[in-house]
Amino acid sequence: MSNKSVTRRGVLKSGAVTSAGLALPTIFTASSAAAYTNEPTGGTVTLGFNVPQTGPYAEEGNDELLAQQLAVEHLNGEGDGGCLNTFTSKALKGNGILGKKVEFVTGDTQTKSDAARASAKSMIEKDGAIMINGGSSSGVAVAVQGLCQEAGVIFMAGLTHANDTTGKDKKANGFRHFFNAYMSGAALAPVLAKEMGTDRRAYHLTADYNWGWTQEESIVASTEAMGWETVNTVKTPLASTDFSSYIAPILNSGADVLVLNHYGGNMVNSLTNAIQFGLLDKVVNGKDFKIVVPLYSELMAAGAGENIKGVLGSMNWNWQLQDEGTKAFVKSFGEKYGKPPSNSAQTCYAQVLLYADACERAGTFNPCGVVEALEGFEFDGLGNGPTLYRADDHQCFKDVLVVRGNMNPTNAYDTLEIVEITPRAQVEYAPDHPMFAGGELGKCNPGA
Amino acid sequence: MDAILLQILNGLDKGSAYALIALGLTLIFGTLGVVNFAHGALFMIGAFCAVTLQKIFNLSYEVIDETQTDFLGNPLKVKTPYVESWFGPELGATIIDWSVPLAILFAIPIMLMVGYVMERGLIKHFYKRPHADQILVTFGLAIVLQEIIKYFFGANPIQTPPPAALSGSVDLGVALGFDPNAIIYPIWRLVYFLFAVVIIGGVFSFLQFTTFGMVVRAGMADRETVGLLGINIDRRFTIMFGIAAAVAGLAGVMYGPLNPPNYHMGMDFLVLSFVVVVVGGMGSLPGAVLAGFLLGILESFASTTWATTTIPGINQIIIYLVAIIVLLTRPRGLMGRKGVMEE
Repeated sequence: MSNKSVTRRGVLKSGAVTSAGLALPTIFTASSAAAYTNEPTGGTVTLGFNVPQTGPYAEEGNDELLAQQLAVEHLNGEGDGGCLNTFTSKALKGNGILGKKVEFVTGDTQTKSDAARASAKSMIEKDGAIMINGGSSSGVAVAVQGLCQEAGVIFMAGLTHANDTTGKDKKANGFRHFFNAYMSGAALAPVLAKEMGTDRRAYHLTADYNWGWTQEESIVASTEAMGWETVNTVKTPLASTDFSSYIAPILNSGADVLVLNHYGGNMVNSLTNAIQFGLLDKVVNGKDFKIVVPLYSELMAAGAGENIKGVLGSMNWNWQLQDEGTKAFVKSFGEKYGKPPSNSAQTCYAQVLLYADACERAGTFNPCGVVEALEGFEFDGLGNGPTLYRADDHQCFKDVLVVRGNMNPTNAYDTLEIVEITPRAQVEYAPDHPMFAGGELGKCNPGA
Repeated sequence: MDAILLQILNGLDKGSAYALIALGLTLIFGTLGVVNFAHGALFMIGAFCAVTLQKIFNLSYEVIDETQTDFLGNPLKVKTPYVESWFGPELGATIIDWSVPLAILFAIPIMLMVGYVMERGLIKHFYKRPHADQILVTFGLAIVLQEIIKYFFGANPIQTPPPAALSGSVDLGVALGFDPNAIIYPIWRLVYFLFAVVIIGGVFSFLQFTTFGMVVRAGMADRETVGLLGINIDRRFTIMFGIAAAVAGLAGVMYGPLNPPNYHMGMDFLVLSFVVVVVGGMGSLPGAVLAGFLLGILESFASTTWATTTIPGINQIIIYLVAIIVLLTRPRGLMGRKGVMEE
């Protein structure tokens, strides 16, 4: 017989602790018997594809989803295998991941941080997703990356270009294959110097949010380093639809280059407005006026139509590359969907394969094992040539493309032409570079 | 001085869109007493009438060209629009080039029909319901309409360029005695402003100088008395709804070359247009037009570097700031009538 007596205080304490435990979201307590969050126990493993299915980037999200579905097919041994045939790591055998058939669920980010977190949370809690992939916004990427870190699942980012994703907001459970704003600046600057000279005066129009600021900072730094002068940097509200009030003053500012730090609908409209005002027909300071769009996508180029002709920018990847990985992916995607993939589709496809491969090499779905397998991983055969997943910040380093709006497109898809493939060494930077300062990678969280 | 003129011009073309949408909103509110949150969607449908006509003109047949290849390395399918094969390459290309102005003729019957179906099919059932119900149902309708457009046309913006003869810009500065390049302005933006003036003038003339318009104005003033005189005022108000829809639609057709249409464009204008109506005075047609141009100009000035550096964020709040000031000093708006929404 126990000599412990049941006291009122003891009951209250025990009750409070039990209640607090029950009240915790299940994602923080899930799989108490398991080693990590959503450990697959049956014959399948579930991936969560969180892409914008509604909102301004729905087309981009649709393309990502098509690529993710293709990746799942290839992982399960269906179709022609795509990049499984060219990937230098030979761990993937086309029999799922670690012998488990790959299934997927989808969420709609709506390109809103709160909606994206809610959909990711739902996929993790209700559907048992063990990895989240996709997205077309840095705000969303940072928000979902934070959630995945807390929940103990891996986040394989989609299209996110802000320095912060692998800078001050980096997380141990998050990985970015896409390039970033610093890399855009580093790749673009030499081409701009070659094509436009080193004596230029630039005027920046910048979307007034996290991504816009980091891109402006990166492009200003890289162009000023080669001798350009920055005349003005003007922030434009993200909700702007007409940029005529911002474009008109440029004509009399003394600037001879306009840099549009805009993306999506903002970029399509600001570029259209700039062309309407005849900026490209002007001669300022004795030089032809030029426009630069540091971050391009094929879908934006299609939206901008004729206006994009001759305008320089940068990209993570383009379907016109001639390496074996690109050719295999474009063939698979093109034959299945009847169009070439966009660079957001390619980054999602690559990320899904990279995650699966890391699980195979680690021999586990445990996020800490996956993190270890991905950190410092060198690979080739997925497009962009030899690539490194740097351990310090979980940023991929590979070649970056400088592209130009095609002056004479022969079909609906070759709206952009590759001007230069900037070698990886030229876009590398130290992990403690000031533009990426602050924040800690922290430790991987398996969630259990 | 040239910078000021440039921003006034900018404000006038922004104000043109606000004024046209607000005019339609006020027509509907003044006649039927309905707060129509689907009006922005009508603007968007108008823009997509131009997109549709452009797509119709570009319907093509394919001929396989063995000398060229597509992205997969297969022989390239070269597309030739039917209009070019029917009317010859030159006339065909001209028809395609002028698809936006031609879309005005295409949009008028479509928008009248959309307005008629909308009013008879849904909105008439909400005449006697509270304004909150009207707002909810019309807002829901707007979402349905934009999702339908997204289903058929996708979420990406679609370019609807102006005719080559009206694209590009003109140097207004030289004509006004300034230095060359001082006031460069896109031709289509001037066309849009002139178009708005013509449409606004047309609507006012229609209401002022026709018997139909006179009856409608009488109905707006005293619906019951006009009804007692044996006039079917409901039928006329339904037609006015169709006309208001057509005004919004035409504003959308001509707006396409300024900024490429996308399924969400109506929502971007909706809230601002309501603020314009409130500032102008609920139910006042001249008030809606005046407030539209006024707020367009103020918004334009608030976006200048000088304004944004003096008061950061002023470009995002200026319209609401003006609305607050106007409502505090003139609670019925600039030209509001006594008794409207005051029961």
